[in-house]
Amino acid sequence: MAYGDHPRPDPEALLRRIQVEEREARHGRLKIFLGYAPRVGKTFRMLDEGRRRGERGQDVVVGAIQAKMDPELEPILRSLEIVPAGRVLTAQRIYDVIDVAALLRRRPQVCLVDELAYDNPPGSRHAYRWQDVEELLEQGITVVTAINLQHIAEQQQAIEGITGKRAAQTVPEQFIRRAEEIVLVDAAPENLRQRETQSAATDPRRLSALRELAMLLAADVVESQLHRYLATHGIEMLPGSQERILVCVTPRSNAPAMLRTARRVADRFHCDLLALYVRQPHLSREDESVVERHLEQARALGAQVHTIDAKDSVPAILEFARGAGVTQLYLGHSMPGRWQEWLRRSPLDRIMRDAQCLDIHIFPHAPAT
Amino acid sequence: MTEPASQPPGKLTIYLGYAAGVGKTYQMLDRGQELRGQGVDVVVGYFEPHGRQDTISKAQGLEVVPRRTISYRGTSFEEMDTEAILRRNPRVCLVDELAHTNVPGSERLKRWQDVRALLEAGIEVLTTLNVQHLESLNDEVWQLTGVRVRETLPDWVVDEAGEIILVDVTPRALRHRLERGVVYAPDKARQALERFFTEPNLNALRELAMRHTAHEIEDRLAEEPRQEAPAPSGRILICLTASPSAATLIRRGRRLADYLRTDCLAAYVTADRGLQGLSSPDREALEKHLNFARNLRIETHILEGGDPAETLVNFARSRKVSQILMGQGGKILHRVVRLARDMEITIVADRRRK
Repeated sequence: MAYGDHPRPDPEALLRRIQVEEREARHGRLKIFLGYAPRVGKTFRMLDEGRRRGERGQDVVVGAIQAKMDPELEPILRSLEIVPAGRVLTAQRIYDVIDVAALLRRRPQVCLVDELAYDNPPGSRHAYRWQDVEELLEQGITVVTAINLQHIAEQQQAIEGITGKRAAQTVPEQFIRRAEEIVLVDAAPENLRQRETQSAATDPRRLSALRELAMLLAADVVESQLHRYLATHGIEMLPGSQERILVCVTPRSNAPAMLRTARRVADRFHCDLLALYVRQPHLSREDESVVERHLEQARALGAQVHTIDAKDSVPAILEFARGAGVTQLYLGHSMPGRWQEWLRRSPLDRIMRDAQCLDIHIFPHAPAT
Repeated sequence: MTEPASQPPGKLTIYLGYAAGVGKTYQMLDRGQELRGQGVDVVVGYFEPHGRQDTISKAQGLEVVPRRTISYRGTSFEEMDTEAILRRNPRVCLVDELAHTNVPGSERLKRWQDVRALLEAGIEVLTTLNVQHLESLNDEVWQLTGVRVRETLPDWVVDEAGEIILVDVTPRALRHRLERGVVYAPDKARQALERFFTEPNLNALRELAMRHTAHEIEDRLAEEPRQEAPAPSGRILICLTASPSAATLIRRGRRLADYLRTDCLAAYVTADRGLQGLSSPDREALEKHLNFARNLRIETHILEGGDPAETLVNFARSRKVSQILMGQGGKILHRVVRLARDMEITIVADRRRK
């Protein structure tokens, strides 16, 4: 079955869907243009969307623009209504703060907010601009905004690894992930460098690394949106667009090597790693501690560890794998004779057909040479 | 990694999208206009306006090399005139729809081969592609959307491109474009919205496009600094059969090898003499698979030996293979598992749709 042809949703899914729709009817929608570096064209895309929405009859205003605006953006900006930001002077600097009160009085359908990562000065209505946006959304105003990857709080460590720097002003990733819509604004690093003077910040390798990071973050957001949609519409998830690796741990398996290999593969595919132990009754204390060590290693390697009870381990593993959307299953060669037994008997073919996208890796007992 | 076939001198830039109507052609033309503004000699080699106003006006002022007409079975078809572009010899050429298959009677079978001819002549090419046309994703796309894409492109064509730019819009915006009749005529649009352009389909394809672009960026990053990454983690060997599911096996092996940055081989083992022992439909099927593998730059072998499982495993050892990919229910699967205890055996799911 593909996503195109889904069955009638069950009542619970219908209820979830109605709740979501009701919330959406009251709440403004958040749309984010995400870029991997300055000057990829996020602000233009945001303003252009505002212009087009205006042409289609929506009531659009600009709530925040950057202090130093690219002169190329002036013509498009002139076609839009601007609700001026409040200007706050402190001892250190001048702040432009979104005038939330004025926006709520003006009550547009759509508000454009540039530079989402922005700390308001002390004494403002909210400490951060993203909280201003949150209030606008709660009041039923749709917000279209733009942000650079570098300004997402949870990405700071990864970004520091690439550029050696952290951003002073950030937005929590949760806020980005919650957006109804996210658009990745991509451009060739080479063209960015043409537009800007050469500097360390525009080193092509760094730009490529940031670009990859932005791409993967956007893919994750899209995936969770897909899951949300499927859950509210009662459609079963299909594995396929994202790999997911499951390692089965037993006392006899060569778990350390298997986990290391699986970790490496998961890194290459940028996907989740899971480890599963099907609890075996009457295990010697020695074996128990071996399993415990394996699971500890799995956790240390960042795997999500699961333990289940089942009489017949093979079908239980397959069932679990299917439920978790696993695409690659790792088993030890030494998996008790039972696996060999399953291979010989016909039901495996049937079960593997049911599992659809599941590849089974039988891993060597001794590390491969 | 693919064999180092000589890389053509022209640079290829691909505008990659996840569906029709996301704006690939528009962005390609936009870049063409930008280059023209900088005084670069740009021509349009082929562009498909699909009657879209925005796109048509974006092409205004760009020089177009006229298409050539080819008649096939009494009907006239228009194709890109590669020879005329080569004679015109511009610095940059814009070519829409990289995955296009030419009408029979054309110089070359596929548009990507035309594009390669331009690149070999040192012409820089900007082109467009949807992610579902990538050969290695063919099964995933089928499974996710129920559509078996027929026009495919070997992944190495994309791997060799100098630059890939993701063209993104949200599925919601794309569906609105369809509803407004921007993408297709009303009848076709309504059908498309119900079948292919559903929200889950579009989201799944979009995720594929993002992940694939990330993968391509990472590959280029990995290649740049060092000559060679630390010795590849061991080769992958695909065990071929005449069964139709061998195509899935080949795609899967290619994808794994690409991600793990290692080599991929494919072998057919037989106790009889070569392919002679096969029935003619089986031989045909097998030859098709071997060809398909070679197209994806997988080295192929036909192995003979009284004990097929042993022959396969010995071959794997001699070629430093550490992972063997096999289909479900293969006759020699169990013996291979027993003989190759030092290797990873991967049983590849059929990826059949229920």
